[in-house]
Amino acid sequence: MKKNIFYLSILLFFTFIFTIFYLGLDKPNFYKPKEVKNKNLEEFISTELFSNKQFNSKDIIENNNFTLINIWSSWCVPCRSEHGKLMNLSKKTDLNIVGLNYKDKKNNAIKFLDEMGNPFSKNLIDPNGIISISLGAYGVPESFLLNNKSRIIKKFIGPLTSDNISEIIKIIQ
Amino acid sequence: MMRIIKYILLISFFIISFQKLSIANNISSEVDKISKNLRCLICQGQSVYDSQSDFAISMKLLIKNKIENGESEDQIYDYLKNQYGEWIVYDPEFNKKNLMLWIFPLILFISGGLLIYRKVFIN
Repeated sequence: MKKNIFYLSILLFFTFIFTIFYLGLDKPNFYKPKEVKNKNLEEFISTELFSNKQFNSKDIIENNNFTLINIWSSWCVPCRSEHGKLMNLSKKTDLNIVGLNYKDKKNNAIKFLDEMGNPFSKNLIDPNGIISISLGAYGVPESFLLNNKSRIIKKFIGPLTSDNISEIIKIIQ
Repeated sequence: MMRIIKYILLISFFIISFQKLSIANNISSEVDKISKNLRCLICQGQSVYDSQSDFAISMKLLIKNKIENGESEDQIYDYLKNQYGEWIVYDPEFNKKNLMLWIFPLILFISGGLLIYRKVFIN
């Protein structure tokens, strides 16, 4: 009798473990960053790419109803494909698009904008990536849609898609 | 005898010089310590300390700046948790979701102890 209980409990134990691992197979194990909502963007001070003037992020953001901060770089391939969409967005709407030039060389950044067009009202530089980290960014490209109180309405990780663009247009209208 | 004293002097010299070195590297060792406890979010399975990705390099710089500004280790963890979520630290917080994970070993330990107790003392 005692032996039976012993074997039964071992069997139960292994079935339990098996079920857990079997169910675990279905679960995706790659990490997706959580959506950040209702958080304020941290204030930062940075230099403008063309004018070399210092700007406070608050002054740029809070004078407009909506601001899109786009983290980009000339060496980043997805940024290149995204750039046309930003150009369209800046032509179609009066959205304040601010660029944050991530770990880039000044000459390359200017060349990139000359070649592809400049959708940005201001282009701030982030030469060592610290500003991007303090904003909670993962890498390039990444975009934050903000309201006039520096509140993050939406965060887009990776290049903006056409769906993202129409979503932005819907929000700002 | 002289030889032993010589060896001891030599060894203590090395120990002292290493200690001097470690004081000079205090900030960078603090950065290393903190970055070892942070998950590099864009490179799976690596800590910020191990990774050479742009994300990790900038993160280490940010930590260094924060230490130089006099922030404590916990303040830095809290700051990063606030920016990136709890996933960034390797040490998970005690909450409802992982309650079982924390308590299960304790239950096993106690029931094992009870079993041994019964076997040894009651028989």
